[in-house]
Amino acid sequence: MQHIISVLVENRFGVLANISSLFSARGFNIDSLAVGETHDPSISRMTILVTGDDRIIEQVNKQLNKLIDVIKVSDLTEEEHIERELMLLKVSHTDRTRSEIVQLVEIFKARIVDYCPKTITIQIVGSPEKITAFIEIMRSFGIKEVARTGRIALLRG
Amino acid sequence: MDKTGADILVDGLIKEGVEVMFGYPGGAILDVCDSIYKSKIKFILTRHEQGAAHAADGFSRSTGRMGVCMATSGPGAINLVTGIATAYMDSIPMVALTGQVPTSMIGNDAFQEADTVGITRPVTKYNYLVKDVKDLPRIIKEAFYIASTGRPGPVLIDIPKDVQKAVYKNYSYPDKVDLRSYKPVYEGHPNQIAKAAKEIEKAKKPLLYCGGGAISSNAYEEILKLAETCDIPVTTTLLGHGCFPETNPLALKMLGMHGTQYANYAMAETDLIIAVGARFDDRVTGKLDEFAPNARGRVIHIDIDPSAISKNIPVSIPIVGDCKTVLQELLKHTKPKKNPEWIKQIMEWKTKYPLTYRRDDDLLHPQFVVEQIYEVTKGDAIIVTEVGQNQMWAAHYYKYTRPRTFLSSGGLGTMGYGFPASIGAKMGNPDKLVIDIAGDGSIQMNIQELATAVVNNIPVKIVILNNGYLGMVRQWQELFYQREYAFTDLSRYLKKDMKWEDIKKDPKLFVPDFVKLAEAYDALGIRVTRKEEVAPALEKAFSSPKVAIVECLVEREENVFPMIPSGASVKQMMGGMA
Repeated sequence: MQHIISVLVENRFGVLANISSLFSARGFNIDSLAVGETHDPSISRMTILVTGDDRIIEQVNKQLNKLIDVIKVSDLTEEEHIERELMLLKVSHTDRTRSEIVQLVEIFKARIVDYCPKTITIQIVGSPEKITAFIEIMRSFGIKEVARTGRIALLRG
Repeated sequence: MDKTGADILVDGLIKEGVEVMFGYPGGAILDVCDSIYKSKIKFILTRHEQGAAHAADGFSRSTGRMGVCMATSGPGAINLVTGIATAYMDSIPMVALTGQVPTSMIGNDAFQEADTVGITRPVTKYNYLVKDVKDLPRIIKEAFYIASTGRPGPVLIDIPKDVQKAVYKNYSYPDKVDLRSYKPVYEGHPNQIAKAAKEIEKAKKPLLYCGGGAISSNAYEEILKLAETCDIPVTTTLLGHGCFPETNPLALKMLGMHGTQYANYAMAETDLIIAVGARFDDRVTGKLDEFAPNARGRVIHIDIDPSAISKNIPVSIPIVGDCKTVLQELLKHTKPKKNPEWIKQIMEWKTKYPLTYRRDDDLLHPQFVVEQIYEVTKGDAIIVTEVGQNQMWAAHYYKYTRPRTFLSSGGLGTMGYGFPASIGAKMGNPDKLVIDIAGDGSIQMNIQELATAVVNNIPVKIVILNNGYLGMVRQWQELFYQREYAFTDLSRYLKKDMKWEDIKKDPKLFVPDFVKLAEAYDALGIRVTRKEEVAPALEKAFSSPKVAIVECLVEREENVFPMIPSGASVKQMMGGMA
């Protein structure tokens, strides 16, 4: 099962390498990893998606906690939390498809952030299901490129 | 006070109590060398950086004080890696210092540049690249703290040359560490400890299973007290040797792949495992599904590292904390008890299935040599081993009664560990007899350190069990690869049908001639080919003020038994007799 793990770490040189090498050394699979500074510039938050059975997830938690630079590890999977992911998607458009694309952007509450003669770049924020659905729908128009942030999450309340 | 980075480093080392260190110089660490040279620290120049790392490890294991090693950038740092990884796998505190190219050149593929922090990341507890001399005092303080607390381990500090030269105005050394992200837990949870005491009271066949953590937390007295108060037999891992006196009737010696039959039977039969600073590794458990079937759901595990608990087998009462502290607390809750049935059974096994080999012939068996070492030293020595058959025989046929008297590379199984580690151990214990029990394969991996030992007058003793083979691998080939001895024969001219008695008459069949080698280094060299020569040779070597090699030409195809094949269970244990 996929778990979403939120890790507060010291915002220091080498910390990302420490975490990613832990995952590769122990044979854990990272599905996605997002890193950013928090409101305290000395601390970063990493949101890690990892798939594994209970035993593996327990080890992931313990091994993360063991790293010197890790301040706190929380497994949000079973807790009430909010998850978001942001995607930029570049798609081809023609006179024939343009209005349909614009309509779909509205339906999905996405935004057009760049418009060129041959391509439109769309920004969409949401749950992983919504983003996957949007990719599927855009596929027929000819997707040029996609960039995703990976999921980030916070506990509710 | 204004100080350069190099002087700050040496000042820090002295403030942390470092008196001895091991290392090798080079361009990128010259400023540090210069500062050490002018200080009161005793610096042992090894002949290879790997030797320096193992020596620091041996110093640390045998004394409980911090082992420190040093090397230059690039190849120097990389040569330390095997030694650092050895210490990491066995949770040995160590501080490794490396030079690095100047900060302006990092990443430019400069001469003798390597990404030392990148290379050592998976084999250190923590590592630092110092980019600003102002960070250096804090980093030194933290490095010593991190290496020696919690589950100990090696910490590396990589110091660019310009940082060594940079001057820090108004420098002062910090007196405490403030790490919000690193707070090891020492006290066990009181409820868990109370639960554990109840389980011990209920258990009919309890078994203490103690590992390296028992040694590093100095829990010797507590284990002895718990075992005797509650009548619990004690088995140890390879690294646990010495945490319980093997002369005590409750001692079962080592368990696992090459454990004693009685220790493995006890593990198969026990209804309560009390694991103390041990990690249920594969050499101990064998096939996980069949490990300790009667103790399912009744496993107490005391360990300072939460990630060691329930990693391989499910634990019913995890207690995270320092072994010594937790056991002291546990002892307040335990009442004296007896387990007469269980102890009777254990004693039966011990009588029926002792460790044994062919004692009734005239041949020189390696096990006999180890027994003689025990007799001659009366058990009062620090035994260091290499890796392979020599290591197992050293574990089997010597009785360890005090902690920190058996030093061996358990986790990583590093051939070439023993000799440099014994140099470190001797530096830490100048009044003790330090003996490296070696094979002819392992000893050649760091034989260059003979110069270090002789030049610095560090009179360690090496006993080589020479069978002209990489014996342990040959044993596996004999048992599992149809006796095809691929790349394990170290001798020359030998033919399969040659008689051992004839072989022994011509020592030229073995390369090198270890006696001549010893003499070339101005050490004492003695060759032994017969049983009755062993004790006199050992006595002569041990009483000599010199570094000494005793080369014993032992039975070539002796095997280490008992043996549970890799991945098998106690049911598949192979015999007690060679």
